[in-house]
Amino acid sequence: MNKPDYAIRIRDLVVVRGRKLVLDELSTTIGAGSVTGLLGPSGCGKTTLIRCIAGIQLVKSGTVEVLGEPAGVATLRRRVAYVTQASSVYPDLTVVQNLEYFAALMDRSASDVVTALDQVGLTACRTDLTGNLSGGQRTRVSLAAALLSEPELFLLDEPTVGLDPVLRRDLWKLFGDLAAAGHTLLVSSHVMDEAARCERVLLLREGRLIADDTPDGLRRQSGQDDLEQAFLTLAERAGHTEEPNAVQERQAS
Amino acid sequence: MITKQSARRTSATAKRVLQQLGHDRRSVALMLVVPAVLLILFKYVYTGNAALFDQIGPQLLGIFPFIIMFLVTSVTMVRERTSGTLERLLTTPLARGELIGGYAFAFGSTALLQSVVTTAVALGPLSMKVNSVWVIAVFAIVDALLGTALGLLMSAFARTEFQAVQFMPAIVLPQLLLCGLLNPRPEMAAVLRWISNVLPLSYVTDAFTRARTVQGLDAQMWRDLAILAGCLILALGLASTTLRRRTP
Repeated sequence: MNKPDYAIRIRDLVVVRGRKLVLDELSTTIGAGSVTGLLGPSGCGKTTLIRCIAGIQLVKSGTVEVLGEPAGVATLRRRVAYVTQASSVYPDLTVVQNLEYFAALMDRSASDVVTALDQVGLTACRTDLTGNLSGGQRTRVSLAAALLSEPELFLLDEPTVGLDPVLRRDLWKLFGDLAAAGHTLLVSSHVMDEAARCERVLLLREGRLIADDTPDGLRRQSGQDDLEQAFLTLAERAGHTEEPNAVQERQAS
Repeated sequence: MITKQSARRTSATAKRVLQQLGHDRRSVALMLVVPAVLLILFKYVYTGNAALFDQIGPQLLGIFPFIIMFLVTSVTMVRERTSGTLERLLTTPLARGELIGGYAFAFGSTALLQSVVTTAVALGPLSMKVNSVWVIAVFAIVDALLGTALGLLMSAFARTEFQAVQFMPAIVLPQLLLCGLLNPRPEMAAVLRWISNVLPLSYVTDAFTRARTVQGLDAQMWRDLAILAGCLILALGLASTTLRRRTP
């Protein structure tokens, strides 16, 4: 198989849910072996975009290519891991039972389970019932289930929500290590200071990409040192080129 | 094509469902004990009419696995759909058939265990008469699987576990009324009999009624078994179409 230099290539992606235009002719390319941040306010279409890349979203038009293949084909299910925003693990199983199940589905061994538990720092609660863990711990169980399959591409939807600063720092370090080892990560967040930890940042607002740059590039573009301020400046500029309610008007026509 | 990996994923799913049940001891106890207790209750309700209990007792052995497996499966599957785990499973190499197969195996074996307990109570302390115990086991498994399949199917139409529970009276009670338990099917009004002809539970009841008098499986029971197997395949087929990988 020829190996493309990009992990994800999206062309003119349009997603309509009900009567709402969720993604509006979105195009971007994400390089392999990097951490890309997908940032934007709640409801801007982050999860929908990730679902498109995971191949589980019905799209209206446009193409999504993942690791050289159309998103959602069966062969990608071993190469891509999607961690949903809600921790999608079984609350009525212990941590290790959850991971053993996902290991079996991905044709992995018990030693992969041990490694994944260690990577997310949950070895101590391996025999705890997942439902009795804190929200942040459950998120990490969910993440560990993705880690043990050693996918080429990680799609992580808000993996650091509700975690304390120390854990967040550790996880971002883990993401960096994974990228250095050749994995590609797309990590969504609505916390702008997490953008600083990414090699590249996609800023999404009302289903449109308003910026696609390095954190330094965003600072330069906006003339703001603080990334939160940078986002506000860029969002305002995007608002000037197109009125905020234009999206609704265009979908009505 | 059944590969080694496919078998591993199916058995891992069955094991996972059984582990989930294992953490819920109360549900397991209820599933195993309640049918036997109800059977005892029926026996004493009909103390003055032993012939009637002889008639409906075996029929009840067929109805319990169906109802309980329908309920357990529909609630478990709604949980799987709403918690996001189903969405996640469908992004892994797990095939829909393997998921359904895992569920069928886990709940089928649970139903068998339940059937063993209930039948032991019926044949022992309650001195119920049946000719071939293995026939009871075969039909109990098939109709438990049918309950599982219908539960999988109906879970697609419930958004919450609460709604899933409401499907129990909607899907199961009409079958219970028309299956011949309360009134033999030949004695029903023509329209009701026609309806009962297309409801699978009627064939379960027919078969369990005959298990009382017939040795082994006769032609009519083979027919009942074939009809139930057909319903089972149909329900599983429909259920698998409700497990969509791509959703709006």
